[in-house]
Amino acid sequence: MSATAVTEAPAAVTLAGVSKVYGRGGSAVPALDQVSLAAEPGEFTCLIGASGCGKSTLLSLVAGLDQPTSGEISVGGRVALMFQEPGLFPWLTAQGNVELALRARGVRKAERKQRAAEMLDAVHLTGFGKKRPHELSGGMRQRVALARALAQDADVLLMDEPFGALDAMTRDLLHDELDRVCEGRNLTVLFVTHNVREAVRLGDRVVLLSSRPGRVIAEYKVPIERPRRIDSAPVAELAGTITDRLREEVSRHGK
Amino acid sequence: MASSTLIGLDALDTVAPAPRDRRQTARKAWSAVWPKLAALAIVWVIWELIHLSGWKKYVIPGPGVTLSNLWDQAHTAVFWSAVGTTLGRAGLGYALALLIGIVVGSLVARIRPLRAAVGSLITGLQIMPSLVWFPFAIILFGITTQAILFVIVMAGAPSVANAVIAGVDYTPPLLVKAARMMGLRRLSLQRHLYLPASLPTFVAGLKQAWAFTFHALVAGELIVIIANKPSLGVLLSSDQDQADMTSVVAVMIVFLIIGIAVDGLFGVANKAIRRRWGLEQALLQKSCSLGVFAREHDRAGVT
Repeated sequence: MSATAVTEAPAAVTLAGVSKVYGRGGSAVPALDQVSLAAEPGEFTCLIGASGCGKSTLLSLVAGLDQPTSGEISVGGRVALMFQEPGLFPWLTAQGNVELALRARGVRKAERKQRAAEMLDAVHLTGFGKKRPHELSGGMRQRVALARALAQDADVLLMDEPFGALDAMTRDLLHDELDRVCEGRNLTVLFVTHNVREAVRLGDRVVLLSSRPGRVIAEYKVPIERPRRIDSAPVAELAGTITDRLREEVSRHGK
Repeated sequence: MASSTLIGLDALDTVAPAPRDRRQTARKAWSAVWPKLAALAIVWVIWELIHLSGWKKYVIPGPGVTLSNLWDQAHTAVFWSAVGTTLGRAGLGYALALLIGIVVGSLVARIRPLRAAVGSLITGLQIMPSLVWFPFAIILFGITTQAILFVIVMAGAPSVANAVIAGVDYTPPLLVKAARMMGLRRLSLQRHLYLPASLPTFVAGLKQAWAFTFHALVAGELIVIIANKPSLGVLLSSDQDQADMTSVVAVMIVFLIIGIAVDGLFGVANKAIRRRWGLEQALLQKSCSLGVFAREHDRAGVT
C-alpha cells in the first residue's frame, strides 16, 4: 500500500501520470501509459475499452494489490474490490462471508450478526443468510459479494466487470440494485466493463481507454436523469456515439 | 417493481431439492451394499475352489475352517488385547504424525526460504520406505513401543505436511485477493483462508498418511517384538513360527477389516466436506479464477 497514499484529498481517487510496465528491457510490455484521472466523492465512473487497455491493471493499482511503475495514485478512504466472479469463501454461508469482512476490520462479535443481516437486506437477500454460495444463483452470489464489499465500509468501490458473467435479465436487475445501494451512501465507484450500454446506464461519466498501452482517449459526461433503463433511447444514443469512437480505436490496431 | 422482479427471479433460481422418500433411501442403500456382498461371495467361491483343487492341500485352509478359527480367537482375551494394542499404537502414532505434519506443513507452505530448504526433503522422506528407519529407531530406543511409534510418525508426518502444502498452493488466487482486500494478514489469513481452503486436499492427504502409518505399524510389530505385549503383529509372527496357516489367514482378515473400516470413516468425512462446500461448484469457481488469471497474463504478455 506504500505508493497508495490515503489522504484527505478533495477527490476520492486521483491518478496522476500513472504508468505500468510489465517485464523489463526488450520484453517490457507497457500496460498503462500516463493515465491521469480524478473521481470525486460519490461519483460513479465507468472505464471502458477493448482488450488490452489495462482496465484490470488500473483497478489492481488503485486497490493497492500492485504498484505503478511511475506516477502517483491517491485514494481518500477505504477501498473494496469486486471481481467478475464473486470470490466468496465456499466453506462459509452467505452470512458468514459478510461477517468475516466485518471481523477483519474489528467489528465486535455481538454486533457482527446484526450488521451482516442488514447488509444482506440491503441487497435484497433477506432470509438467504444461511445458504452456502453453491446453493445460490450467479446473480445472488454477486449480491453477496456486494454485501461483503459494503461490510468493508468502503468509501471507494472498485468493480472489475462484476456483471460480465450474468444473463441479461439478472444483469439489468443488478444495475437497479447497484443504483439503489450507491444512493445515499456517497460511494465513489470505479466500474470497469466492455459493455458500452452498461457503462452509460450506470455511470455519471464514461472514460474511454485506448489499447496497448492503455491511455485515456475520451471522456463523456452522462447527463441522463435517473432512474435510467438500459434500453431507453437516450442511453442507446450516447452508447452509439461511444461505440463508434471505440471501434475507431480498435480498427487502428488492424493496420 | 424492480425489486419484486428480483425476488421472483431468486425464487426461480433456488429450487429446493425434492424430498427423498424412504423407499428410495432403502433402494440406494441396497444398491451400495449388493456389489460388496457379491464380491465377498466371489472371493469365497474362488478360495473354496483353490482349497478343493488340492493345490498345497495340507497348507492352505478353506474359508470355513479359517472363519471358525477367527471366531474361536475372538473369544480369547489375548486376541482383544492384541487388537487394542495395535489400534492404540495406530491412533497415537497417527495423532502425533498429524500434529507434527500440520505444524511443519504450515510453516513450510508460508515461509519461502524454508520451502526452498526442506520442501524436497519432505517429499524424499515421504517416498523413502519407512522400514529403513527401523535399525535407526531400534538403536535409539531399543526394543520398545517408542521405537515403533517413532517409525510410524516418520512414515505418516511427511504425507500430512505435503497435504498442507498442496492445500495452500491450490487455494484459488481469487480468494487470496478477496481475503487481502478484506484486510486479512498473516495469522488471520492462515486461519480464515488457507486452513479452511485446503481442507479437501488435506483430507485426501490424511488418507494417504493413514495408509503409510498403518503399513509402518504392521512392519514395526513384526520386527520389534516386545515380550508379554501381544499385538496383531505379534500374533501373526508367532503363528508363522508355529506354521499355523489357518491362524495367519485369520489375523490377515482382521487387518483387512480394520483397513476397510478406517477407509469408510475417511469416505464419510470426505463426503461431508464435499456436500458442505458444493465442491463441484467450488471447482468450477477455481477453474474460472484460474482462467481469468491466465487471461490477464496473456493481456500483459502480448505486444
